[in-house]
Amino acid sequence: MSKLLEQAQGFIQMLPHARALGMELIDLKDAQAKIIMPYDEKLIGDPDTRVIHGGAVSALMDTCCGAAVMAHPMRPVSTATIDLRIDYMRAATPGQTITTTATCHHATRSVAFVRAVAVDEDADHPVATATGAFTVEISA
Amino acid sequence: MNRPRPEPIQQVKKRRDDALTALVQSVPYIQFLGVTFDRRGDELTAQLNYYENLIGNPLLPALHGGATAAFLEITAMVTLNWSVLWQRIENGELDAQDMAQGNLPRHPKTIDFSVDYLRSGLPRDAYARARVWRSGRRYASVHVEAWQDNKERLLAQATGHFLMPQSGDVGHK
Repeated sequence: MSKLLEQAQGFIQMLPHARALGMELIDLKDAQAKIIMPYDEKLIGDPDTRVIHGGAVSALMDTCCGAAVMAHPMRPVSTATIDLRIDYMRAATPGQTITTTATCHHATRSVAFVRAVAVDEDADHPVATATGAFTVEISA
Repeated sequence: MNRPRPEPIQQVKKRRDDALTALVQSVPYIQFLGVTFDRRGDELTAQLNYYENLIGNPLLPALHGGATAAFLEITAMVTLNWSVLWQRIENGELDAQDMAQGNLPRHPKTIDFSVDYLRSGLPRDAYARARVWRSGRRYASVHVEAWQDNKERLLAQATGHFLMPQSGDVGHK
């Protein structure tokens, strides 16, 4: 396991909200991050279908996009979300883990642009996609 | 003038509060996040009750952007659902006790949700109100604003589009 991934996993574990939602960072390299979130009944948004709430998917997308910015080669010291748009393509299948992959496809000295996709076990049909802009803080 | 005598206030309040409670308590994620609702007539104000698990950055400390987004989406969704169900709750078609037993109408589904983060969230309660700008047979558009200490200084705002449940949908009602 790379040192960067190990450090980043420690960092994600320190974020109380990410930990509370059961997120786990499984890959981090070259402005790309992959985070999984196992199914949990406390995350249910629709009691009829037992599908998890869009808000939990938003939290996962936001965390993953932020991690992708931090993994950009310019090595920002911190980042914050400016805006994040999520498109919900289909309901995630109840009981299945959600995997999100985010890519920071462009970054300037002040702004990073990120795209992300979330899938369940059927990886060919995305559950949701996200587009966001993030602040970039580079150490002086 | 011959108009029916208005219902006693306690009866009106109980019907509305019980229906709102049933609606909110049916969603596990709303409970997990710790969101509660205040009601004045048909107007709702959501409250994100601060606790440690909402923190994203423990060094600042600041609320997690995902917690803020989820709070906004919950507020938008409940406000939309409430505005659609209001008439049916008022005319007695929907019974609060029945709703509390889990016999709830289907929820709208989020199509997209776009959050604009304006300030870093402080480790304390946040409030939000949503406005349904359009509510059609199939689609709805909702705007929502959240603040903490000062309503003029928004924490975040969001716009979302929702797909309304159709009469043919499988569900309880």
